[in-house]
Amino acid sequence: MTKKTVVETTINGEPTEFLCEPRQSLLECLRDVLELTGSKEGCLTGDCGACTVIVDGRATCSCLMLGPEAQGKSIQTVEGLATGSTLHVLQQKYLEHASLQCGICTPGFLMSSKALLDRNPNPTEAEIRYALAGNLCRCTGYDKIVRAVIDAAKTSGTARMGTGATTRGPSPAEMTQAFVKEGK
Amino acid sequence: MHAINYEAPKTVDEAVKLLAAHGEKARPLCGGTDLIIQMRAGVRRPEYVVDVKNIAEMKRISFDLQHGLRLGAAVPAIEISENADMRKYYPGLTEAAHLIGSLQIQSRASVGGNLCNGSPAADTTPALIALGAKCRVVGATGERLVPVEEFCTGPGATVLRPGELLVEFQIPSPARHASDAYLRFIPRNEMDIAVVGVGGALTLDLDDERCVEARIGLGAVGPTPIFAREASQALVGKKLDNAAIERAAQLAVAASSPIDDMRGTAEYRRHVVGVLTRRVLAKAAERARMSDQSR
Repeated sequence: MTKKTVVETTINGEPTEFLCEPRQSLLECLRDVLELTGSKEGCLTGDCGACTVIVDGRATCSCLMLGPEAQGKSIQTVEGLATGSTLHVLQQKYLEHASLQCGICTPGFLMSSKALLDRNPNPTEAEIRYALAGNLCRCTGYDKIVRAVIDAAKTSGTARMGTGATTRGPSPAEMTQAFVKEGK
Repeated sequence: MHAINYEAPKTVDEAVKLLAAHGEKARPLCGGTDLIIQMRAGVRRPEYVVDVKNIAEMKRISFDLQHGLRLGAAVPAIEISENADMRKYYPGLTEAAHLIGSLQIQSRASVGGNLCNGSPAADTTPALIALGAKCRVVGATGERLVPVEEFCTGPGATVLRPGELLVEFQIPSPARHASDAYLRFIPRNEMDIAVVGVGGALTLDLDDERCVEARIGLGAVGPTPIFAREASQALVGKKLDNAAIERAAQLAVAASSPIDDMRGTAEYRRHVVGVLTRRVLAKAAERARMSDQSR
């Protein structure tokens, strides 16, 4: 057995230290050492995306990263999406659009979706499908997931324009008002 | 996974010392998208995993029109597709990197790792062959430059000796009217291993519309990635018309030696080599005509 090492990271904005053997993947460290069981184990070969987390802004399969590689990195997991009892817009839209059934793929899909919208707030459907290509779902047939991401992108855009967070999106009149108010 | 020791050297020298000291018992780690899977399956069992991602020289994309490109072996594919110089001057290699796996895989997988894994179906290798890339390999006794088409010696096998490290790729600067392209055939949309991959790079003389330089690389249709030498040379000095492209495509097919496997039959793959070669040459030519890399 090899010596354990201390790994210092930031997880969901919180400085976090953990102890691990080098052979333990980041996924194992999150689930078994830090008890952040939101990220799921699916294939352990980087094909299914159930273990997807965001590392330094990029969606990554945590099963294909060794624990010590997380040293100095900033990691976002599904546990960090909601703010208190307020769901992230992606979580809200996944619920509204029934984008999950068993839910095992959902944390991975949420993180891939977030990584996409963080970089590209207005993706086309083709860009969404490409960005989610590394996440597999056995239950839903993907369609509702894609619709949820499209809706989340639209809604987030609205929120940034200052009309307030609504779950249905603004009416044309509200959009005109927002433009007028912000002097555009 | 078996117990491993994890090392994270900060320089090439440190890394090479570690690899030389432990020989067959050590393996470099870039993105881990091959190595970690192999370790879990017990296919590779290094005692020492040498993480090379903290070595600045191996993580850089260094380009200028005069000297060309030095691409660190550990640069993840996603950084290649986000790099403005790569997209402009080497669009074929860039699109090859953007085809690997998924975005999650691209955040980790490196061109160096792709090559060193030695798969004949590696996506970036045909594009590297088309660009005439040289591999800078560093060992305890010195360094050497290996033409990329000589790097793989068989499925999973490379010219790397124990203790040697692939540090970077050196790729010539594109001429004034030169460009590249890469196309891959897979049955699904994403996440597949290439059934056939073709990379092509062309330099054109726009005054007489002749091809000055041409290189074609083939993937997944032989025990190693292939430099289609005859097909490439058949284009040099010729006007790039349909007849010339067709001749090159036929020679590319002749250069391939695919097998029947679960991804396709040899006969089908030979056919697709011809199809993709025609398309890659057309795409590279169009890009080359539009480019104007004036110094």
